[in-house]
Amino acid sequence: MQKVFERPKSLNDRPFHYCPGCGHGIVHRMIAEAIDELGLQDRTVFISPVGCSVFAYWYFETDNVQAAHGRAPAVGTGIKRANPDSIVISYQGDGDLASSGTAEIIHAAARGENFTVIFINNAIYGMTGGQMAPTTLVGQATSTSPYGRDPKFAGYPIHVSEMLATLKAPRYIERTSLNNVANLTRTKRAIKKALDMQNKGEGFTFVEVLAPCPTNWGLDPNESIDWMESNLIPEYPLGVYRDVKTAEVKS
Amino acid sequence: MKVLMKGNEALSEAAIRAGATLYFGYPITPQNEVGEYMSRRLPTIPGGAYIQAETEVASINMVYGAVSTGRRAMTSSSSPGISLMMEGISYLAGAELPAVVVSIMRGGPGLGNINPEQADYFQATKGGGHGSYRMIVLAPASVQEMTDLTVLAFDLADKYRNPVMVIADGNLGQMMEPVELKDSYPNNYDHSAWALTGAKGRKGHTITSIYLDADEMEDYIHKLYRKYGEIERVETRHEEFLTQDADVVIVAYGIVSRVVRSAVELLRAEGIKAGMVRPITLWPYPKAVLRKLAETATFFLACEMSMGQMVEDVQLSVEGRRPVYFYGRSGGNVPTPAEVVAAVRQRM
Repeated sequence: MQKVFERPKSLNDRPFHYCPGCGHGIVHRMIAEAIDELGLQDRTVFISPVGCSVFAYWYFETDNVQAAHGRAPAVGTGIKRANPDSIVISYQGDGDLASSGTAEIIHAAARGENFTVIFINNAIYGMTGGQMAPTTLVGQATSTSPYGRDPKFAGYPIHVSEMLATLKAPRYIERTSLNNVANLTRTKRAIKKALDMQNKGEGFTFVEVLAPCPTNWGLDPNESIDWMESNLIPEYPLGVYRDVKTAEVKS
Repeated sequence: MKVLMKGNEALSEAAIRAGATLYFGYPITPQNEVGEYMSRRLPTIPGGAYIQAETEVASINMVYGAVSTGRRAMTSSSSPGISLMMEGISYLAGAELPAVVVSIMRGGPGLGNINPEQADYFQATKGGGHGSYRMIVLAPASVQEMTDLTVLAFDLADKYRNPVMVIADGNLGQMMEPVELKDSYPNNYDHSAWALTGAKGRKGHTITSIYLDADEMEDYIHKLYRKYGEIERVETRHEEFLTQDADVVIVAYGIVSRVVRSAVELLRAEGIKAGMVRPITLWPYPKAVLRKLAETATFFLACEMSMGQMVEDVQLSVEGRRPVYFYGRSGGNVPTPAEVVAAVRQRM
């Protein structure tokens, strides 16, 4: 009998603590698969953020470090500069990266730090209970925007991939989504491409993944996919925002 | 061979010779010579790295990442910048990571000024960051000690897996004195049991400070406090000057101790039996020494460049056995020996 599907080596045998329909488990698995396929397990240092994925280190059979809220790109900078041979993955949600950690992500990108950031964007704070995020859509009701996000008081969503793409140093920036199989495949491909580039020393790589949060959106998993397609993806267009050859970055 | 060096540059060179070839920092006066010196030296050293971080918040978190790999790393700043590092210092203590932070105190609160003060004593020794933790705090009083205590800071950080602060003021950072440096200092702590170097031929290592369960968190805090207790027993350091027969014990640290030394000599010349205790570790504090002296001294005078912060530790040490007075200057003013003599005479 042939085994056609198994747990990646870089993922351990522990059930995910995430809610039904959450995107984190899917992306964790993709990262582990990419690490395995590229043979990077024994050089990887995975950085867990503050948020629902604070315990991401429970799942990765690699070296792990937990960072303060928003600070993962600074922690990653320290690890990578101390040990350039390591493969550093900074895994962050939208509250962590696009709010508390805006300075850290912009400057790590501007310096062209040779590591990979996986940015999970579900337009809401998960762990603290569904508060408004910088990525929350206009009109989206959350526990701290109960009447819907009103641009008069709360401004507009931040588009991180577009912002980072204005910088010269980043090597690769892509936004993908978890809404259907084709986009899952694209997400996995983007993660693997980013890690491969890091392994080759090509520079800063960034994959933004639009992900469902049924619990805090107040929807069931199927409704969440519909909401992503009719609301989230139109606000955050998918695609490659930057993919430059190393030589061009250096010029 | 002695060379003439600025305090900030001397401590930087000492750190490099102790193997700390990773530096992350953000400009702020009066400690800019540290970052400037590191930016010249570190790129020329194999494996060395200097980064001018976007903020002090980022600096301390870069240190957190760098020391997670088992290598020596440091940052430095001055009062407002050290305030921004407090979150990171709490994380370093919570994750039991060895790191060295140099604090060159300036005037405050708020933006204050760039003159020397000692008003960040509470911040350094009483927490500053959140949660139940302790940081070892070393207070040099000369440019030579800026180097010696920086080297000691790395050793203590490695020995106890704990953040260590070297705290000085703008005077010590800026002044030049002859200093003797060794070619290198030992840097041979084995961190292979926990360092994040990639899980090659071993299980993955994890560095974290989160414990959701109340009992688990309490057990972890108790473990930290057993370590802090050991540090208090073993690592408390101080210097005494003419205290054996002293009626008046003046307590001062850092640059102020040099003023007080002169004041003690002037008082002795007048026939007043004065002496000085100079805490070298501000945490752990040399409580036992002061408590013992309380048996023979008439009174204590704490002298600081602040409105009175360390004086509270003198009071706690003396336990009400003798009066504890305070004399301090602020805003960048340094007390003179004559002022200290007058402050003592006033209480005689």
